[in-house]
Amino acid sequence: MPSEPVACPEPAGPSGLSEVPLRRTCPFDPPPGLAELRAAEPITRRVMPLDGTELWLVTSHDLVRRMLADPRWSSSLDGGLSPEQPLHVTQPEPGMFISMDAPEHGRYRRMLTAHFTVQRMNRLRPRIEQIVAERLDAMERLPRPVDLVAEFALPVPSLVICELLGMPYEDRAEFQAAARVIVDMTASPEQIDAAVAGLAAHLAKLIAAKREEPDDALIGELIREGALTDGELVQISMLLLVAGHETTANMLGLGTLLLLHHPDQLALVREGAPGAADELLRYLSIVDLVMFRGAKEDLTLGGQEIKAGEFGLASLAAANRDPALCEDPDRLDVTRPKTAHVALGFGPHQCLGQNLARLELEIALQALLRRFPGLRAAVPLEEVPVRENAAIHGVHSLPVIW
Amino acid sequence: MSAVDAAVEVTVNRESCCGAGQCALAAPEVFTQSEEDGLVVLLDPNPPAELHDAVRRAESHCPTRSVTVR
Repeated sequence: MPSEPVACPEPAGPSGLSEVPLRRTCPFDPPPGLAELRAAEPITRRVMPLDGTELWLVTSHDLVRRMLADPRWSSSLDGGLSPEQPLHVTQPEPGMFISMDAPEHGRYRRMLTAHFTVQRMNRLRPRIEQIVAERLDAMERLPRPVDLVAEFALPVPSLVICELLGMPYEDRAEFQAAARVIVDMTASPEQIDAAVAGLAAHLAKLIAAKREEPDDALIGELIREGALTDGELVQISMLLLVAGHETTANMLGLGTLLLLHHPDQLALVREGAPGAADELLRYLSIVDLVMFRGAKEDLTLGGQEIKAGEFGLASLAAANRDPALCEDPDRLDVTRPKTAHVALGFGPHQCLGQNLARLELEIALQALLRRFPGLRAAVPLEEVPVRENAAIHGVHSLPVIW
Repeated sequence: MSAVDAAVEVTVNRESCCGAGQCALAAPEVFTQSEEDGLVVLLDPNPPAELHDAVRRAESHCPTRSVTVR
């Protein structure tokens, strides 16, 4: 689905600077305008349409990787995603390591890395296959059309992350609702605070119960290791739950929709193309213009002088469609050798759960397409409700028949 | 690196490693992740020629540039 070229200039903010193009016109492609920026000015001053913050927008693969790997760019930032909350430097809650820099970030990350290794995730394969098969059985029993998002794309990663953490799946409705508000760019700070507080209170109760009787799942193991306070465990659990719900779920929903529009690629995924998950991650880049960083000192990037205190924003989608990354980057090709894409980020914060995500995507998409060889969308693409203003791209629902 | 079969020497930095597992995915014969801490473990510092492409891919995909191939 190549996007239509845009003829009109980008709208300018009050400062006279052009705005960061945030809106996708095609759900599968980066917002129009980013490709031109990447070619002409891969690092450039722009203003956030939502909160009016001025920042450096970075769009080339090389510069995005340099920025995200450079410890002089801080991750301790909040805001930027809603009109009322401008981008600002924050003091993260203990345990919320996604918003921390070295050495605090490394301390938490290293307590978790052993739980997410390639080998450890591969040992989950039979259990993930079972979860997927059960959801497909349930789908088969429903009257058609079936909403693929509600019945498959969301429950599969929810079941997997709840089981991995040791959270009761009965609580999923609450987790899912809270996660949705937290990544909604139109939610007010009050709504986000309320969702975070509600989820934190719920998790605090669960963690208190596990302190009494730690089980063998991740939270229980972290409790037994004994290095974390309850407050830290709440923040870490919240981070892993939200990340586990929203990312893989949207990759499954939007990824299926994309494949339904590329029948040749769909056939290759059904046959088990080994690189499909990474190519879908690269092509869709569902986490895009939310990678904010703040310069901790004066530095130079791509020939631009950045002053301490200035903000930067990496477009992962633009970087992933950079002709410098791979041949014909706007073509979906699930047989491509794995690229050095940045869909999972880059630098020390690169997605902790990436090998779980790869496994879930591979197992779930292949099983779905094998179970329902005649799978098709029940509505035209224009009628599929796309998540607007969400920090993570995807579709709200996807009615399918077979 | 002109000659395809020129020897390579692989080194890893466990201090900067963030345990993403990109190297273990790219070249499982050469890299794995410790069961203890999830960080990189180098299995073969001088891999044979047929693995040179894979170790270079591991070097280029490592998010913390903790793999060096010389």
